Amino acid sequence: MKEGVKYTGIPSRQELSSCPGIVDTERFEKGPVAVIECVQEIPCNPCEDACPFRAIRVGSPITNLPTLDGEKCTGCGVCITQCPGLAIFKVHKNYTDTTALVEFPYEYFPSPEVGAEVDLGGRDGAFITKGKVVKVQRNKKSDGTTVVAVEVPKEYFMDVRTICRNK
Amino acid sequence: MKRKVQSVVIGAGPAGLAAAIEIAKAGGQVVLIDENSKPGGQLFKQIHKFFGSREHRAGVRGYNIGIQLLEETKELGVEVLLDSPVYGIYKEEDGLLVSYVREGKEEAIIAEKVILAAGGMENAIAFPGSTLPGVMGAGCAQTMINVHRVLPGEKVVMVGSGNVGLIVSYQLLQAGAQVLALVEAAPSIGGYGVHAAKIRRAGVPIKVSHTIKRVIGTTEVEAVEIVQLDEKFNPIPGTEEILEADTVCLAVGLSPMTELAWLAGCNFTYEPALGGHIPVHDENMETSVPGVYVAGDIAGVEEASTAMEEGRLAGIAAAEALGCYTEDEAKALKQQVWARLDALRTGPFGQARFDAKKHILDVAKGGK
Repeated sequence: MKEGVKYTGIPSRQELSSCPGIVDTERFEKGPVAVIECVQEIPCNPCEDACPFRAIRVGSPITNLPTLDGEKCTGCGVCITQCPGLAIFKVHKNYTDTTALVEFPYEYFPSPEVGAEVDLGGRDGAFITKGKVVKVQRNKKSDGTTVVAVEVPKEYFMDVRTICRNK
Repeated sequence: MKRKVQSVVIGAGPAGLAAAIEIAKAGGQVVLIDENSKPGGQLFKQIHKFFGSREHRAGVRGYNIGIQLLEETKELGVEVLLDSPVYGIYKEEDGLLVSYVREGKEEAIIAEKVILAAGGMENAIAFPGSTLPGVMGAGCAQTMINVHRVLPGEKVVMVGSGNVGLIVSYQLLQAGAQVLALVEAAPSIGGYGVHAAKIRRAGVPIKVSHTIKRVIGTTEVEAVEIVQLDEKFNPIPGTEEILEADTVCLAVGLSPMTELAWLAGCNFTYEPALGGHIPVHDENMETSVPGVYVAGDIAGVEEASTAMEEGRLAGIAAAEALGCYTEDEAKALKQQVWARLDALRTGPFGQARFDAKKHILDVAKGGK
């Protein structure tokens, strides 16, 4: 079977590694940062206006892939709920010595409870690891999109992207 | 004596609302007619955040865009006739006669300009069992869950991977249904990768090069048999799989609702990339029948953002033709809309639509 988001609905390793919305490995060591998994040229740019630090650039034409400037990105996470494609995540690789914090948009009910241990999955929804819900954020500006932060074993910081919905 | 108005817009979806708003904004008189009991077209079932740029209200959920448009029509004093299906447009000496039914009675208005924004209709495909209860259009399922808040079924198979199939699958999950699989006959996913990624994260398998072979059931959908296809779209024996589904949703494209344009005598061109036979129209969205304009899916199936822009374009042009704008004023406004339309039709998902739209303009200028 062919790889890539066009064939599977999952961005491939290759697509992610060449994606301008994902910073280099060095930047991940330095603190929380946005991860923009936008790999297809679609006419869309709300992320550009969403960033208060002008760290995200789409420019013209509007189909350009968003580029994230790792120096300017503070990891505030306001872009997460402004992406209509729910393609922006936030990762804090060195949350503790052994764990990373991964934040993702979540638009299902019920919302998870803070402190709950949950099954966490990857881009294909399959189970990867258990993790703890650290934060559940929802405000007027997020317009119905909840942001869930989960603490996971550090090695899964680029793999965990959701709470498992299928058992 | 028939009532006479400057303009009539038929269809109160995103295109028609935008057109009526532009005419009213310019100071023109406009009556907006829709066969449904509520205005808004399909906007009020679009619970997802829209794409595009700030000018296209990107990031805003579709139903909120609908609310904004309705507020604007109210503020501008646009007259809206609901529950009023239009059944004919006839050329009269003093304008275009628009005939419709309201509260069981036939009524008619004579308008100098008519904008057709009737929208599109879902396509269906046939397979054994396709007439069983439980097989429905994806748009139908979307209306049930998001407008009427009724879950059509608990275990769904979605057919078609365009944005409608992907988005409705996601919304069925949000409504509490399970989507057992999304099947797509083509070898790749038709819609945006980000929409596909959302349902993949929820664990929905997307099976490209697969189709529905038959629905099993006597009085309703009891199970669905799917099969893999080879590169020539022939079923590969031995790859059949049975899914215990109770609902099948068809998201296999839309066709423009062009009946009124045919009745009005518009010239047509065949544009597969835009859903079929489309009324030929120029840069002002005006058809071959003077004074009759088109906007939205009837002018080529795209999506709500382009429909709104086309509605604006038709509205500005009609207002100009009515003398509400000078040529220069209208030109500046139309250029802004064209720039936004061009932006929405760029990239790998927009190019085919851009080319087809350009072809329609060429045909309007006398080309083939």
